[in-house]
Amino acid sequence: RRGNRRQAGGRGGVKGRGRGKKPASDDDDDEDDEEEDEAPRGRRGANRKKLAKKRGGNDDEDESEDEPPKRKRGGAANKKKGGKAQDKETKGKKGDGKGKGKGKGKDDDKDKKKKKKKGDSSSDSNSNSSEEEESMSEGEMARLMEEVEEKKKLIANIRNKPWRMQRRLKLLKEAQEFVDKFEGALGKGKGRKWYAYKVMMTKKWIKFQRDFENFRTACIPWERKIKEVESHFGSSVASYFIFLRWMYGMNLVLFGFTFGLVVIPEVLMGLPYGSIPRKTVPRAEQDTAQDYSVLMDFNGYCKYSVLFYGYYNDQRTVGVLKFRLPLSYLMVGIGTFGYSLMLVIRTMAKNADVGGGDGEDSDFTFAWKMFTSWDYLIGNAETADNKYASITTSFKESIVDEQENQKDENIHLRRFLRVLANFLITCSLGGSGYLIYFVVKRSQEFATRDDLSWYEKNEMEIVMSLLGLVCPPLFETIAELEDYHPRIALKWQLGRIFALFLGNLYTFLFALFDEVNTKLEEEQSIKNASIWAMKEYYANYSRLMNDSEATPPPMDPADVIRGPCWETAVGIEFVKLTVSDIQVSYLTILIGDFARAVIVRFLNYCWCWDLEAGFPSYGEFDISGNVLGLVFNQGMIWMGAFYAPGLVGINVLRLLSSMYYQCWAVMATNVPHERVFKASKSNNFYMGLLLLVLFLSLLPVVYTIMTLPPSFDCGPFSGKDKMFDIIMETIDLDLPAFMGTLFSYAANPGLIIPAVLLMVLAIYYLNSVSEAYQNSNMELKKKMKMARDEEKNRRNNADTTNQVMKDLEDLLPNRSLIPPAPPEPGQNYILMIALTFKA
Amino acid sequence: MGNKQTTFTEEQLEAYQDCTFFTRKEILRLHARYRELAPHLVPLDYTNNPDIKVPMTLIVTMPELKENPFRERIVETFSEDGQGNLSFSDFIDMFSALCEASPRELKTIYAFKIYDFNRDNFICKEDLEKTLNKLTKGELTPEEVTLVCDKAIEEADLDGDNKLSFADFENMISKAPDFLRYRHLFCYVFIF
Repeated sequence: RRGNRRQAGGRGGVKGRGRGKKPASDDDDDEDDEEEDEAPRGRRGANRKKLAKKRGGNDDEDESEDEPPKRKRGGAANKKKGGKAQDKETKGKKGDGKGKGKGKGKDDDKDKKKKKKKGDSSSDSNSNSSEEEESMSEGEMARLMEEVEEKKKLIANIRNKPWRMQRRLKLLKEAQEFVDKFEGALGKGKGRKWYAYKVMMTKKWIKFQRDFENFRTACIPWERKIKEVESHFGSSVASYFIFLRWMYGMNLVLFGFTFGLVVIPEVLMGLPYGSIPRKTVPRAEQDTAQDYSVLMDFNGYCKYSVLFYGYYNDQRTVGVLKFRLPLSYLMVGIGTFGYSLMLVIRTMAKNADVGGGDGEDSDFTFAWKMFTSWDYLIGNAETADNKYASITTSFKESIVDEQENQKDENIHLRRFLRVLANFLITCSLGGSGYLIYFVVKRSQEFATRDDLSWYEKNEMEIVMSLLGLVCPPLFETIAELEDYHPRIALKWQLGRIFALFLGNLYTFLFALFDEVNTKLEEEQSIKNASIWAMKEYYANYSRLMNDSEATPPPMDPADVIRGPCWETAVGIEFVKLTVSDIQVSYLTILIGDFARAVIVRFLNYCWCWDLEAGFPSYGEFDISGNVLGLVFNQGMIWMGAFYAPGLVGINVLRLLSSMYYQCWAVMATNVPHERVFKASKSNNFYMGLLLLVLFLSLLPVVYTIMTLPPSFDCGPFSGKDKMFDIIMETIDLDLPAFMGTLFSYAANPGLIIPAVLLMVLAIYYLNSVSEAYQNSNMELKKKMKMARDEEKNRRNNADTTNQVMKDLEDLLPNRSLIPPAPPEPGQNYILMIALTFKA
Repeated sequence: MGNKQTTFTEEQLEAYQDCTFFTRKEILRLHARYRELAPHLVPLDYTNNPDIKVPMTLIVTMPELKENPFRERIVETFSEDGQGNLSFSDFIDMFSALCEASPRELKTIYAFKIYDFNRDNFICKEDLEKTLNKLTKGELTPEEVTLVCDKAIEEADLDGDNKLSFADFENMISKAPDFLRYRHLFCYVFIF
């Protein structure tokens, strides 16, 4: 019996549950649920109420199951509809007597039916339904369809309902049965099979979607690892790993492009090693070409391999597929930048979308702290202790803020300190900038001299690494003055070290361009020498053979005089830098974190002071340093990938190993920050830095592609004046003629300048639109706040706002007769006054 | 599931997937976790829905809950008998509500119930004090506690009854900025 009751209630669950049950109940689900829980306990005995509840619960369900036949008898469709509408109204108004009465009448009818039905088996309901199918009018069908849709919606949303699992399972089963039973009946009018097929396909589709979703979540790598880190170190450290993962994804795509479209075609279809000079190690280097030290410097066989620009041939097409390798090379080079730009900007936009409002809105400081400050991800005792401490301190801070209500002197002092800190940091940044400039100048002087001491040779590197070593801690110390929230402090720190590192980048590029320019100068003479040597060789050959007719065998490719091939040199420079960067960062972790942790941990037993709590202690995870390392590394990749296609592969390996290595290192050797702080909502600050670096690294590459002549004897563009000539060539030779003219029109300055203008205007327009939106957003926020305050005031201080009423009341005679004011005064004043007058 | 003994029928798994935010793998994993808590109590075979409950004292030892100041309240809230004994359905229900995928509305409802210590459907001052003491391990002085509680109520209470109804709570929570993204109301890492 009970089961049946539940069932009945269950079927009506979508809407009927809460509403029908108890007219006075509030609309929100929570209360409904609460009642639901109480129901069996409290109201079991009250039979009448139970009956009412049952009716309420049945309301919907009966409509769906029992009514069709009844309505069939009734006939006219619109009348039913009217009845239904009324029913709904009843539910909506909850307490409407008339509607209720009608509903009751109906319910009685239903109950009778129900009883009758109870006796029968389920086959009865089957036959019942088939009977229905025979003569179902259109209105009924529509209604049934609606019902089925509703059930389906319930099935889809059941997991969002705050119900007990048992109840959910029951309801789900009911709903599924219902849908199964009636779904087939619906499509009778227009081909049942088709409908059944459609239903089946929908089911399959849903199943597929679910499987796909399962698969997709399983595909996100390192989710668990990152969560683990997050649970120990808070979201700020985790944000670095999320950034690293994002970076890995992007580099994987770049790797796919580069290897799929450039490296692999060259390996498979290009000429093999040793066939032409550019693919052969020169005679002079052959002895040492396999030495470990040479290979570690990326010379020898490494230099003449598919990893570097110089190896690629300038054949227009390779292989049977007529793959246009040089064109593909250029396109991939440009595409790398295009893709990265697009991805970074898209991610930024998406993150900004998620961001929404800022946390500055301090309407609910304490309430939020109370209910949302505990980080539910924490699963580690140490982190939990830190969290307790930080919550306590943050509460204390807020309390102090509240008590002091922002004293002015503090603000002035803080402002002064902040200005001072910024001044100091600007000074040190300027100083280091000048130092770098000075050193670069000196190194140029040194370049012309030979008698250099070891220090003078390595001056630049030493100064740079010293700066990198000293400045970040210095900045951090100065930043203490500012006393920012650690999240904001992190941003400042990132920005400042970024500015410092730009100096690094500048010196590196400066040295590189110097090298390129000298190589370019060399090249002209070597080119002549090479041609001359070739001629000499042929002349010698014909002189020795005494036969000017015979074609000489081609010169051994190892003996041909080569140009310096500046592109490969640049590529090697970048690869070397990346590799040394990897080594340095891994060693730093090994020594700075791991060795330190080991020492602190084990020497602590036999030391004069507490190493763990005292001076060396364990290292904290350096978020700013790691993020910037990642960003600048990516800049190197972007700059170098054009000259060394293999660099992308190296980088993918680096990021992959770094993920595991750093995850391990952070878990094993670091301790959480003293103030575990929430990361900002998005990684957009990191992304912004990345975008800046991308732009900066785009400049030199585009400059070299557009202005410098490619080497005459190596790389896919050899023999061309400029690298981009390959595009012109393709347009001329491979595309139909009208395309060529089209492109020449498009390249016309008369067209480009207006296009640029248009773009600028569009940017201006969009910018102002977004600003306007922002303004209106702020305005709305302000309005909302005002409305809230007003409402609060009205409700909170009903006494004060209704002062006039109060005065009126005071003036009334016979005040002692007035009953004590009910808890909700606002609405009842008039009533009360009326009552008083009556009295 | 190969030659292993079946824990759930296909139908049960589908039903659980419909009712929770978990994939079938996670459901099976959750069952394993549940079983780990009390191996002698919980059978491997769940195809006939045995009526078994694991007491709260065992549940709160899970690493996901161990450090949580509200662990007892959470378990109590999700247990059907209100005493903190969880059947497997309650157990999976709890983790479903706590997991990352569950929507904010649902989490808000459960959060409200959890913070409502005395189950009167309002978060009143006592509840707030309890919450605060749990959060700070009682490190604040009584005056500070009173101040914080008063301020919190003053901020969030819209209808002036000096306690927070669900509407107040929802309104307050819905305005919390990083509520969802950083899941500071609810969510657990599954250290599977």
